[in-house]
Amino acid sequence: MHKVNFDNNIKNEFKSLNITENFSEPVLEISSEELSGLLIYLRDNKNLRFRQLIDILGVDYPKRENRFDVIYLLLSHEFNNRITVKTSVKSDDTLPSVVPIFPVANWFEREAFDMYGIKFANHPDLRRILTDYEFEGFPLRKDFPLSGHTEVRYDDEVKKVVYEPVKLSQAYRDFDFESPWEGTKYIKKEQDKR
Amino acid sequence: MAKETKTMNLNFGPQHPAAHGVLRLILELDGEVIERADPHIGLLHRGTEKLIENKTYTQAIPYFDRLDYVAPMNQEHAFALAIEKLLDIKVPARGSYIRVVFCEIGRILSHILNITTQALDVGALTPSLWGFEERERLMVFYERVSGSRLHANYFRPGGVHQDLPVGLKEDILDFCKNFPKVIDDLENLLTDNRIFKQRNVDIGIVSPQDAVAHGFSGVMLRGSGIAWDLRRSQPYEVYDQFKFKIPIGKNGDCYDRYLCRIEEMRESTKIIVDALKNLPEGPVMTTDGKVSPPSRAAMKKSMEALIHHFKLFTEGYHVPKGEVYACVEAPKGEFGVYLIADGSNKPYRCKIKAPGFAHLQAMDYVVKGHMLADVPAVLGSMDIVFGEIDR
Repeated sequence: MHKVNFDNNIKNEFKSLNITENFSEPVLEISSEELSGLLIYLRDNKNLRFRQLIDILGVDYPKRENRFDVIYLLLSHEFNNRITVKTSVKSDDTLPSVVPIFPVANWFEREAFDMYGIKFANHPDLRRILTDYEFEGFPLRKDFPLSGHTEVRYDDEVKKVVYEPVKLSQAYRDFDFESPWEGTKYIKKEQDKR
Repeated sequence: MAKETKTMNLNFGPQHPAAHGVLRLILELDGEVIERADPHIGLLHRGTEKLIENKTYTQAIPYFDRLDYVAPMNQEHAFALAIEKLLDIKVPARGSYIRVVFCEIGRILSHILNITTQALDVGALTPSLWGFEERERLMVFYERVSGSRLHANYFRPGGVHQDLPVGLKEDILDFCKNFPKVIDDLENLLTDNRIFKQRNVDIGIVSPQDAVAHGFSGVMLRGSGIAWDLRRSQPYEVYDQFKFKIPIGKNGDCYDRYLCRIEEMRESTKIIVDALKNLPEGPVMTTDGKVSPPSRAAMKKSMEALIHHFKLFTEGYHVPKGEVYACVEAPKGEFGVYLIADGSNKPYRCKIKAPGFAHLQAMDYVVKGHMLADVPAVLGSMDIVFGEIDR
């Protein structure tokens, strides 16, 4: 893997850009307005050539004002390096779709929409993809219960599959195994001082 | 005056023997020519990512066996690598070599299944009978090392769960001696077979530029002539210590992809032999007691070992806060895990990047303008497994 060589003017071109490093790979944080521009820049710049979009993923942080992080993973075959582009969005805002830049983004964005309800403006076909037809809710959001809201079964009387609210015959056992002893770092620090 | 033509919609699947699982493909046909293909996926969606968020890191590993279930250990590998990066632990040399051996066995497992079912889809029955015999042998190796033919749960962060049992090394070497002969037999049946060529040559051509733009990886990318293999270009584990060739295609059609897979099986066999012959001695798992469980014997004697064991299998280990992307060259392409840890014993987010997802997405682009009968050939050459696509 090689080091990514950014042009010096990249910071001037994108006002909201913030470059950090994670495991010696660059992470670019950008506002949603400048996202498309940055991705085109990364794809077409002759020193970068990030021509393949590996994946798009959403992350839910329910307590934040910009609730969702959307992360774009890019790969450059020519220069053999990877880059991560991060943006964040409020739950009722939209992100620009990057399908015109990377055709592969089509299903990735559909998946992010399906799982988190992140909306992408000008997406050619923003339908649900992984969940059932007529599914309600966004399963990967942190406030969505693990058991879901509905369950299905085949009803012999009406001769079709019916949807019913989930009935758990045994309560979901969410064991909290986390030790109360480790993690209280402040006590350890106090001890170290002594 | 132009005559108005009507297109016909055809439902391919979800119960179709050539759909390689549960794919519902809605085809818009003009006569026998495909105008549009709209794959409906998700019929095998199990919510793996959501489940992983609610399980400890140790409990999450078996879910990776259930993604691409024809090469389970390759998936575990990506997850293990991600955790190792975050925890900053090293795998002992023996553990690394055993991982390489079983990754390559996984690659052969997957390629045998793919080649033979691709042949089955275009009308050849015998290859699958011959190929599955060999797959069974390989799965016995899986069973002997992990106790399970398919859902191995063998690669753990820090190494592999157990050392090779007595005699397994010799048996795998024995297999590798005979396996090239089996590949030759398969090639005899297929490579120059007129029907097989008629169904695959010049079908589903993907240009190198489009292969990159459509997010292809693995054989789909190499078949189009791009020399890109993560084992070589971004080496992980100990792949930089092995000599192997990376076959690439010329035309980017279904037949080239078939040829690439055949050659990759030969190369994998060489890697396995190489790794087993140079297998170093020593532990197979890191000796860091906070990550790897103590041995049975130690637990009988040492109180500390017993406590470690109990804590590891109830609370699990804590992974420091951070984000990481780790990927491996799985048989189907780049399989990656983007892991976000929040410092607790469960992942905050675990995104699984499945190569087949991008490949199947390109179905519409690849089959447009082809005949209906080409759909199974293209689907076969894409190496689709729904476990990983639907997650």
